Amino acid sequence: MAETKGNVLGVNGNMVTVTVDGEVALNEVGYIHISDDTRLKSEVIRVQGNQAEMQVFEQTRGIGVGDTVSFTREMLAVRVGPGLLGQVYDGLQNPLPQLAERCGFFLDRGVYLDALDHNAKWEFNPSVEEGARVEAGDTLGTVQEGIFDHRIMVPFSVPGTMTVSTIKGVGSYTIDDTVAELQDEHGKNHACTMTFEWPVKRPISLFEERMKPDEPMITKVRLLDTFFPVARGGTYCIPGPFGAGKTVLQQITSRHAEVDIVIIAACGERAGEVVETLQEFPELTDPRTGRTLMERTVIICNTSSMPVAAREASVYTAVTIAEYYRQMGLNVLLLADSTSRWAQAMREMSGRLEEIPGEEAFPAYLESVIASFYERAGVVRLRDGSIGSVTIGGTVSPAGGNFEEPVTQATLKVVGAFHGLSRERSDARKYPSIHPLESWSKYPGAIDTGLVEYCRDILRSGNEVDQMMKVVGEEGTSLEDYITYQKSEFLDSVYLQQNSFDPVDGAVTVERQRHVFRIVFDILSAELDLPNKDDARVYFNQLRQRFLDYNGAEWDTEEFRSTEEDVVKLLGQKRTSTDPRAEELRRQADAGVGA
Amino acid sequence: MKKIYSQIQQIAGNVITVRAEGVRYGELALVSSRHGRSLAEVIRLNGDEVSLQVYFGGRGISTGDEVQFLGHPMQVSFSENLMGRIFNGSGEPRDNGPALEEEMIEIGGPSVNPSKRILPSKMIRTGIPMIDVFNTLVESQKLPIFSVSGEPYNQVLSRIAMQAEVDLIILGGMGLKYDDFLYFRDQLQAGGAMDRTIFFVHTASDPIVECIMVPDMALAVAERFALQGKRVLVLLTDMTNFADSLKEIAITMEQVPSNRGYPGDLYSQLASRYEKAVDFQGAGSITTLGVTTMPGDDVTHPVPDNTGYITEGQYYLRNGRIEPFGSLSRLKQMVNKDTREDHRALMDGMIRLYANSKESVEKRSMGFRMSEWDNKLLKYGEIFEERMMDLSVNRPLEEALDVGWEILAECFEPDETGLRSQLLSKFWPANNDVGNIAGQETA
Ligand SMILES: Nc1ncnc2c1ncn2[C@@H]1O[C@H](COP(=O)(O)OP(=O)(O)OP(=O)(O)O)[C@@H](O)[C@H]1O
Ligand SMILES: [Mg+2]
Repeated sequence: MAETKGNVLGVNGNMVTVTVDGEVALNEVGYIHISDDTRLKSEVIRVQGNQAEMQVFEQTRGIGVGDTVSFTREMLAVRVGPGLLGQVYDGLQNPLPQLAERCGFFLDRGVYLDALDHNAKWEFNPSVEEGARVEAGDTLGTVQEGIFDHRIMVPFSVPGTMTVSTIKGVGSYTIDDTVAELQDEHGKNHACTMTFEWPVKRPISLFEERMKPDEPMITKVRLLDTFFPVARGGTYCIPGPFGAGKTVLQQITSRHAEVDIVIIAACGERAGEVVETLQEFPELTDPRTGRTLMERTVIICNTSSMPVAAREASVYTAVTIAEYYRQMGLNVLLLADSTSRWAQAMREMSGRLEEIPGEEAFPAYLESVIASFYERAGVVRLRDGSIGSVTIGGTVSPAGGNFEEPVTQATLKVVGAFHGLSRERSDARKYPSIHPLESWSKYPGAIDTGLVEYCRDILRSGNEVDQMMKVVGEEGTSLEDYITYQKSEFLDSVYLQQNSFDPVDGAVTVERQRHVFRIVFDILSAELDLPNKDDARVYFNQLRQRFLDYNGAEWDTEEFRSTEEDVVKLLGQKRTSTDPRAEELRRQADAGVGA
Repeated sequence: MKKIYSQIQQIAGNVITVRAEGVRYGELALVSSRHGRSLAEVIRLNGDEVSLQVYFGGRGISTGDEVQFLGHPMQVSFSENLMGRIFNGSGEPRDNGPALEEEMIEIGGPSVNPSKRILPSKMIRTGIPMIDVFNTLVESQKLPIFSVSGEPYNQVLSRIAMQAEVDLIILGGMGLKYDDFLYFRDQLQAGGAMDRTIFFVHTASDPIVECIMVPDMALAVAERFALQGKRVLVLLTDMTNFADSLKEIAITMEQVPSNRGYPGDLYSQLASRYEKAVDFQGAGSITTLGVTTMPGDDVTHPVPDNTGYITEGQYYLRNGRIEPFGSLSRLKQMVNKDTREDHRALMDGMIRLYANSKESVEKRSMGFRMSEWDNKLLKYGEIFEERMMDLSVNRPLEEALDVGWEILAECFEPDETGLRSQLLSKFWPANNDVGNIAGQETA
């Protein structure tokens, strides 16, 4: 087949119409040559007769009618292999630090660099022998990438079963060295290096079985782990108005989440926020491994002033890298901030294609695209029996902070947990500002459900009393209701709220959460000897103050034990009995029924 | 390349279509009509059909007018000669001075590589306590004033410009009232800042296409100066006019609107301007202060809403005061740890008490009984508004912090402030009896 060529026929924003002289495929990558040394990467997004519509991943200024277009026959793909960890890429997997070395301060157009280092040597350990029968995704050997055994796998696009005809012994190789040759049934040999490409919009599904996500992914944020848990391999979203704390919540999750690898997709948001991560991660140690956080992180960064089409690609680049590491039996967390910007990129392109618009001019296929993106999460059993997972958490930036808009609604239909941020709570500086009554999660948490539900009930009743008090005043509220209100406020301020910037309280292990939660539960379920409202207010103020000191004490220290004793003692002073329902729940929990 | 075309096929709104060849996307052309000449920019190519957006608008253009392509995109002159000068949205002088044509640079250039950015670290002092103490402005920050028409936002802008220790001020005026433009000019002149100021001004009576050029011109020039090591302050007023111009143009182009008539790319359009704010490693910086008037005083309106999602905080200007609630400088924590040890605690403590005083005001208005504590809070609220929030107050940060302590001492006992004992014993004004606060419980 002759190579397809084309010529520019029209330009409209970042969409270019091209007449072609041969075959082109949807999502095929092409280059528009605007001068001898500048070519702009583009993707075919519609084909009609001999015309192709392409979205250009760069500014289109300077493109002229008649400019030549070359096609690659490849779909937009990411390069995978050892060396991805610790990298900072743009949405098309250009390494940004290397780009800066080449071009300086600005992102010059048309400069595309290799995603992986071709000179780095990796210590290869074969895990198959000559004659072994292998198929796509099977492990040929491993190299050490940071703390991980990075599996060198049979390229995912290799068809059928093949025989290993040669395999390299232990030794150090670059990603381009052939480490194995595979022979197909026709006797033809295929060389395997340590790297290959995979199209970003095609999910990697070389696993035996997709399983139910039911193991909690600990984030060390109490409100999440206890009340709105996320499961490994699950999905969740964080919608919220501007300034409510979406990015901060993702930043702390990216630090503390108990997973192997974190992929951060900074999609259409501020560049300054990525800089914070870039400068801090290499300095922070991951307590689980003792290595820097950067060594378990990949950053895909297509911020708001970078080209819009590449923004659309960036979330797919991110999820493909996540799936690649899942194939190694690792737990991967993908954090996308913000999925609304990705949806807006789709909207811009759909508008240029003059497609029939849906609600708020988003394309009619918005829902299905969002659904299939989140579908790429999951916990899987691989052919070798090991388990890997991709968890996806996306922020949503709804117009006007109103959740009744297409992106939030489409996302809520598919995710397993909803962490809705509230303007009211963030204005009151109650962080994390996740709304404790409107949010939900379908996943099991790390703490006994019965006990958690008991506390949730108190939050609900406390809120009702609060609403009522606004009308009838404190005077018109019964003592019993008032105490319920105080209990819910107490739960809010000592357990739901958490100061992300506090060295101790900022990240709370699940062990500590379990321990502390029991004490909170004891307080909430206690019948207290408080004769009037003033006494109740004073008492809960004291209790809160003590508990905040307790929260600030480092786990398993003398201070921790003594501040705990203070709290327990104070409770003992006023407790007359315990709610029988709570007693029963506690018994069940101890017997391990409800967990 | 300098071929002249004189067959205009179509004129619709500000957009004209001609048949021409060899034209590039984004290229500039000169349209000459009986009413004068105007720049125009290529905004769509379709075969030999070229659509151009005419900066002066389509009014008065006839099908026989001449279109001459210039072979380059929109540019602006960049040199020291810009200082003290005033230009319109096409880059032409509006101060009777000579046109500048030396060292032309392209506007709307590429964005900065995120890996070349550095973390902001320098405070910008404004003398306004609601900013310096409570929501510190930081060099390289992008931050709008959210307000409604009638509020003195332009006064606040010019005041900050005069007091900020920057090398250069660039004012981008969009839909600016002529009086406001004169106000800015007079203020800067009076303050002796004129020779380090550059104006790009589009007034309410100028063609709307020029309105959307203003931020790009201002920022392109700012970027060059910043690369030369200058600390540049860019003032953009009013970005709602910019957004409305985008809307008007999108509608005449028959684009599908997304939200209340605004185009779907409003976010990207605003972001590409605001994101120009930067601190260059080893060179200067761009700080951008904008004004966003909120139609109907509604912060969920698409313009303030999209802006809030882009900028690093916002100042709410209402009733002639910068509101402590809602106002936010997202970068303040980068600098207020190094100002004075009581800064952060005092900032949090005073705002918390002010919030409580607002609750007391509300309770009072609902007819509930006022306790002694309520009365203290009410008194505090009034003094706080008078000595901290009033825009006429002008004092350096350290003095403002001292005033903060004085206010607290006038209204409260030390242990009612919720501040840590160690700070109280150090900063509580001496003529007020501190008692033996050390070791006391602070509720
Ligand atoms: N957990 C937290 N603890 C303390 N402060 C917080 C917390 N979350 C948010 N904040 C404060 O709120 C500000 C805004 O938070 P953040 O940038 O996360 O908002 P956002 O929801 O991502 O907004 P946008 O949609 O505009 O990006 C932060 O700069 C910080 O001052
Ligand atoms: Mg954010």
